[in-house]
Amino acid sequence: MTHTLGRPDFDVIAGWIEPGHRVLDLGCGDGTLLRHLIDTRGVQGWGVEIDDANILAAIRNGINVIQGNLERGLDVFADQAVDHVVLSRTLQTVRHTEGILREMLRVGREAVVSFPNFAYWKNLRSVLDGRMPVSEDLPYQWYDSPNVRFFTLLDFEALCAQMGLIVRERSVLDEAGNPVENEVNFLGSLAVYRLTRAR
Amino acid sequence: MSGQSVGVVHSQHAHFDQPLHLRSGGVLPAYDLVYETYGSLNASKSNAILVCHALSGHHHVAGHYAEQPENIGWWDNIVGPGRPLDTDRFFIVGLNNLGGCHGSTGPSSLNPATGKPWGADFPIVAVNDWVHAQARLADLLGIDSWAAVMGGSLGGMQALRWTITYPERVRHAIVIAAAPKLSAQNIAFNDVARQAILTDPDFHGGHYYEHNTRPLRGLRLARMLGHITYLSDDQMGEKFGRELRNGSFSFDFDVEFEVESYLRYQGDKFAGYFDANTYLLMTKALDYFDPSRENNGDLKATMARTKAGFLIASFTTDWRFTPARSKEIVAALLANGRNVSYAEIDLNFGHDSFLMDDAHYHGVVDAYLRNIKL
Repeated sequence: MTHTLGRPDFDVIAGWIEPGHRVLDLGCGDGTLLRHLIDTRGVQGWGVEIDDANILAAIRNGINVIQGNLERGLDVFADQAVDHVVLSRTLQTVRHTEGILREMLRVGREAVVSFPNFAYWKNLRSVLDGRMPVSEDLPYQWYDSPNVRFFTLLDFEALCAQMGLIVRERSVLDEAGNPVENEVNFLGSLAVYRLTRAR
Repeated sequence: MSGQSVGVVHSQHAHFDQPLHLRSGGVLPAYDLVYETYGSLNASKSNAILVCHALSGHHHVAGHYAEQPENIGWWDNIVGPGRPLDTDRFFIVGLNNLGGCHGSTGPSSLNPATGKPWGADFPIVAVNDWVHAQARLADLLGIDSWAAVMGGSLGGMQALRWTITYPERVRHAIVIAAAPKLSAQNIAFNDVARQAILTDPDFHGGHYYEHNTRPLRGLRLARMLGHITYLSDDQMGEKFGRELRNGSFSFDFDVEFEVESYLRYQGDKFAGYFDANTYLLMTKALDYFDPSRENNGDLKATMARTKAGFLIASFTTDWRFTPARSKEIVAALLANGRNVSYAEIDLNFGHDSFLMDDAHYHGVVDAYLRNIKL
């Protein structure tokens, strides 16, 4: 199975977004996801990015990008300014986990979060073999990893429950990007969640 | 610096007979604007960029004059073939604002009613008045809508004002090192500068032209103060530190530290060519600028009128117009769902960073302009 831009989570995210929706992509990098959503889904998008080189690349990509640090909140954005706030493969790099989730659902009607699952069986086996996992979805050595949080699907769902966030949809993928239906916490390499706030 | 200079340029004059009613209630019955253009206007007249000047600026944005090769435009590093404001693609217009002292009608021009220089009788001009005057220049040049209006500091405020006053006539605004309105601290600095001029014994109530004198001491002090606020502490430290000119303390009030020498030199140079009444007018235009006033201070409601796409840029070391001030503009635009990008550029030159040639800064402007459809 081939995936858009080699990012299976992008296909899942694109499937949840309707034409004309407003999308905010946190840690948007060079704007690849937003460019894809604009071109294929006709959304209006903005990205938030901290890195100078990515700011330049995103502007070059024709993306609206706001330079800022996610850890300091999304204060330039008004409440419920957009339909979807996306955080793809970034939650594990953020220190203020609860803060960013709260901010996402303040600014957006929905939060879309994708993250690598540390309980994926290959990761578990790696640890049992005595080494930290390195995989398609965790492509870093322990000493150069941007990841500061290590959690699983079950951990994330427990946090959502504790914060009163509702999981509207969940899509779990294996390393090849194919959907996983059973034993998701064991067989899933990457998880994509669609969250809303209880009304 | 990449790209080339536009080379030899010359200024042009436009005369306007239609009276301009000013925000202050004053009227300019007729006026002249001096401007320069670089590059060529395309057949559909869709490639024009207006570059607005800051406090002490003028129309000479880029290139040099044939007879004065050293007189290089104030933003030459960003304008030219292959530069961010690429003259192979865009038609760039720079002008001297009303109230200026570089050829456009201002306090040192003759008042037709008296045959003497306007002096203190020149009406107070506001940023919106400049925008109206600039729109008439656009009419004269046959430009219905600007591909972009751009400026730093007070120039950025003009770009912002354009998007509110003439939303149909500006497709993109590039607002650099600006703020939606001045802070009390900003106004305070401006007033100290004005007081230096107003209390100079040579000021003569603004009619110093008739006394064949100029309030040079006041203007010099005003510029020295302004200059301090445009730089960063780090940069001043790096450039001058506490270096002494003669190696040891002299225990008097002559120039001792290098930074004093530099500031006095800058102050003298500026007082030599700039007009004190223009300085007063420009700082008042800054103080009065606050488009949100039309909506009881609600900037979001004001920016609802805009239709342009925006690039907002600020500099980390700019303490006169901090990044937080630029972000107020960004927030108001985002609240209206506008297309806006914001870059916070790490440059060490304080407020003056916007004039500097920096690869990342210019790269951001270049990338934004490249995506503008003509």
